[in-house]
Amino acid sequence: MKYLFLLYSPGGAPKDPTSVEYAETFAAFAEAEAAMEKAGVMLDCAPLQPVSAASTVRVRDGRTMVTDGPAAEIKEQVGGYLVVECADLDEALRWAATLPSARDGWVEVRPVFSVVPPS
Amino acid sequence: MVGDLATAEDAVQEAFLAAVEQWPTQGAPANPRSWLIGVARHKALDAIRREARRDTKETAAQRDWAAARPAGPIGPVPDDDVLGLVFMCCHPALEVSVRVALTLRSVCGLSAAEVAAVFLVPEATMAKRLTRAKRKIRDAGIRLRVPPPDSLTERLDAVLRVVFLVFTEGHKASTGSTLVRESLCDTGVELARALLALLPDEPEVAGLVALLLLTDARRAARVDPAGNLVLLADQDRGLWNRDLIREGEHLLEGALRAGRPGPYQLHAAIAACHSTAPYAGDTDWRQIALLYAELLRHEPTPVIEANRAIAVAMVDGPAAGLAILDRLSDHPQLGHWPQLHIARADLLRRLGRADEAVDAYRAALRFELSAAERAFIRRRIVQLSPNADAGRP
Repeated sequence: MKYLFLLYSPGGAPKDPTSVEYAETFAAFAEAEAAMEKAGVMLDCAPLQPVSAASTVRVRDGRTMVTDGPAAEIKEQVGGYLVVECADLDEALRWAATLPSARDGWVEVRPVFSVVPPS
Repeated sequence: MVGDLATAEDAVQEAFLAAVEQWPTQGAPANPRSWLIGVARHKALDAIRREARRDTKETAAQRDWAAARPAGPIGPVPDDDVLGLVFMCCHPALEVSVRVALTLRSVCGLSAAEVAAVFLVPEATMAKRLTRAKRKIRDAGIRLRVPPPDSLTERLDAVLRVVFLVFTEGHKASTGSTLVRESLCDTGVELARALLALLPDEPEVAGLVALLLLTDARRAARVDPAGNLVLLADQDRGLWNRDLIREGEHLLEGALRAGRPGPYQLHAAIAACHSTAPYAGDTDWRQIALLYAELLRHEPTPVIEANRAIAVAMVDGPAAGLAILDRLSDHPQLGHWPQLHIARADLLRRLGRADEAVDAYRAALRFELSAAERAFIRRRIVQLSPNADAGRP
């Protein structure tokens, strides 16, 4: 099964590449992700720009409306994601718990919906 | 928590039932027996004996388990599939209250209506919760299996609670014409034993098995041939299953020796206070009140406090117990809990406040109860108001 990990970090990621904090965060993620690569469960992963860079698109009555920012004003922001292939939820939860975000924020584990083409 | 409400029902039942017919006029029992203190006293001695035998904890537990198995009228331990199903229903990714509901439905085969009665919610609400949980299991990829050893312990609490509830529901069926649903009791005991085989060193697992055995030992004495409820104080203690009591006490003592008391060990210690009293009048209510006070630290719920109130009433008189119960009456959950009304009714009756007692009994009759309990309450109402029509609340 495919699972999407949504990484929430209330503090946000450190910005300054020269800081110790940045190096530590980088190393922590690299370690967790390398383990997942090695186990063959990792399909994709990426950090995300902050929501200040987000745009939201809606199409209503044929008109495309674009607004600045995320769709809903929520306090916590998704700071990154992973897509993994795991045997079951228990395996996915074990991997999710190895991510730094699980320690200073949280990881939402969402099963990816397998779309069946219309018959 | 809703689960706690139902789990403690039976304990309240036992305590209040014992109080009903034989109110002690003599105060505290002459020979108070203290389980925890007694166990603590023997602890050092046992440690020396263990040392001398050079037994490992594991082999000792396995030997106890093997010796314990053939004692009771117990069926085979469920195979791994059933246990796997229980762990699936109790998965931490599911909401706490729905885990119990799901197990009762999927493992024990209760109808949605019966599960709803256990949780004091309308049937439609329960049906919706069950459907949502099953969908989550399917969509999220929760598998039917016993978790690997490294995650077994953290998955245990939810499972223990579920097994306890399964048994409790069988021992004192919420609804239906028979008071004891033997198949649910047996399922509960079998599940608990299977868990103990899996985790012989977890004192709370042993505590749970002990609790179930000590309670189940009274099964034959709880209902008379006509199907009427027999109060703890009136039970023919000769009908109690001595093998189950011995096994339960043995498991409890072993569990307490680990020095990690928990709710199930404490509940089992309370059950043992009843089992070890040769006559109802010998029951050590002071010890039971203390055990409930200790239990409150683990489960700070109004139901445990209500249980303590009954024990306090046995030691210090009905007025003292009623004062505690009346403080709990406004609790939103307890208002829907018939046992609170039954317990209040009994204390009011003992205080000679017959009209208020009848009102409280009638309040209890508005809830779903087993036929045996309804009959018991109606007899009480008739006794208190000989001209009243007991059938019409």
